[in-house]
Amino acid sequence: MALPDILFYLFAFLTLLFGVLVVANPFSRNPVTSAMFLVLTICAMAGLFVLLNAFFLAAVQILVYAGAVMVLFLFVIMLLDLKEEQRRKINLFGIVTGTGAVLGLGFLLTRTIWGGDLEQAANPRVIGDTKALGLELFTKGQFLLPFEIVSVLLLVAMVGVILLSKKELK
Amino acid sequence: MAWLDSLSPQTQFVFFTLLKIGCVLGLLLTLVAYAVLAERKVSALIQDRVGPNRVNLPLIGSIPFLGQFLTKLGFWHPLVDGVKSFIKEDFTPGHVRKIYFWLAPAISLVPAFLVIAVIPFGSTLGAQKMVIADLNVGILYTFGIVSLGVYGVVLAGYAANSKFPFLGGIRASAQMISYEIAMGMSVIPVFLVVGHLNLGKIIEHQAQNGWNVLPIFGGGFSAQTLLLVPCGLVSFVIFFISALAETNRLPFDMAESESELVSGYHTEYSSMKFGMFFIGEYANMFAGAAMMTTLFFGGWTLPFFGLDVAPVAGEWWKGLLHIGIFMGKMLGFMFTFMWIRWMLPRFRYDQLMDLGWRRMIPLALANIILTAGVLALTNR
Repeated sequence: MALPDILFYLFAFLTLLFGVLVVANPFSRNPVTSAMFLVLTICAMAGLFVLLNAFFLAAVQILVYAGAVMVLFLFVIMLLDLKEEQRRKINLFGIVTGTGAVLGLGFLLTRTIWGGDLEQAANPRVIGDTKALGLELFTKGQFLLPFEIVSVLLLVAMVGVILLSKKELK
Repeated sequence: MAWLDSLSPQTQFVFFTLLKIGCVLGLLLTLVAYAVLAERKVSALIQDRVGPNRVNLPLIGSIPFLGQFLTKLGFWHPLVDGVKSFIKEDFTPGHVRKIYFWLAPAISLVPAFLVIAVIPFGSTLGAQKMVIADLNVGILYTFGIVSLGVYGVVLAGYAANSKFPFLGGIRASAQMISYEIAMGMSVIPVFLVVGHLNLGKIIEHQAQNGWNVLPIFGGGFSAQTLLLVPCGLVSFVIFFISALAETNRLPFDMAESESELVSGYHTEYSSMKFGMFFIGEYANMFAGAAMMTTLFFGGWTLPFFGLDVAPVAGEWWKGLLHIGIFMGKMLGFMFTFMWIRWMLPRFRYDQLMDLGWRRMIPLALANIILTAGVLALTNR
């Protein structure tokens, strides 16, 4: 096995391990610990991106998810009453919706991998270069429309959050 | 050096990389130790005191003039401080969360060192580029790593499991996220002008077209250069202020603020664990200073005497000089950091957030649009 293969198995194993520890940590039910394992999962995934020559994605993965989103998570978790959270039992509703979501996502992923062309997926159409990625994203007829739609979606979500967190609506 | 040439390129690469890591780490830790001394001397200067001047080593102290001079300078204080940190009692209070309590100092220390890895601290020495990792996404990498630094502070506050450190940790997380946005946006104009994310390429561009902070040397006076002057200046000012906030330095040291929170997130720490937070803070300052030097002040170049081009073979003195120039600029920024710390009072927390979100971020956004407009109008 060449070094990239070994690294792939290492990072894939770490991603899965940390991912399991986020939701089912046998040693602690502490939400902060879960959040920290999620950070580690994200970092391991960034390692996988590097192996795929997607350096830009790897850097942004760390910058946005590990560095900003998870710090906000931690911020909120630390402000909550953690003791109550640790005592809480898992209820039936949680089990049903959780399993449903996992099965649905799993089905989608398997379908995509099954139906997709793995040969082509292993050869990336954009290699690492930020410039190439930018051109791909902002050229008409490439990914411009999906990109803009996703941006508007994010903006809408943001406005929604601000509306929801306002104390009184005028 | 015959045996080096006989090695395979891979082995040579590993050898030189390890050598560079060793040199840079050693130098950085020494600089950190002396930065603490410099901080005390600068504060003494500003407050009209003498500063540390007591430690005298037995043998060297008896050398006429030199021994006394070094003592007056406080030259041995970092050494004694280091020994003191190690031999003090390492006390772990009973109420802390042990794992995080041990992890936090390490997490606060590592990111600062990782950032240094992509900074080009010199041109070339022999055939070697003076940068540990020449990444194409260098600047994104630095921002990613810098953004991980906040975990050290937050986890320290959480691990201490008592009120003041916790408040310090909460404050730090909100503050560092806010200023990270301003910081990230303030460098986008630089990329628009340079068109590259690689830090080495950014320095190359500055050598040809003048420093990003004030592009008047080099490229001559075109309309574009003149129009880009305000963009560069605004970028630099925002970056500088955000760097102060990111490194938790006064006037933004809300996470520590002795007068309100005892000493904030590291209240419960003692001995070398406290020492590691201390080293982390100064290493972060060095990383910030190195970033500013690279992004805005031309890195290892100087626009005079042909010092802005990489040396050709045999000019090893020039390579050393370039490292010296880089260090000089970096130490200049360190001095500015210290100067500001002892001159300005601390912000109130709401003022800090207001400055970050309602002043800096809109200003940085406007600057991006302005720079893009200038570049579009002057045809690039």
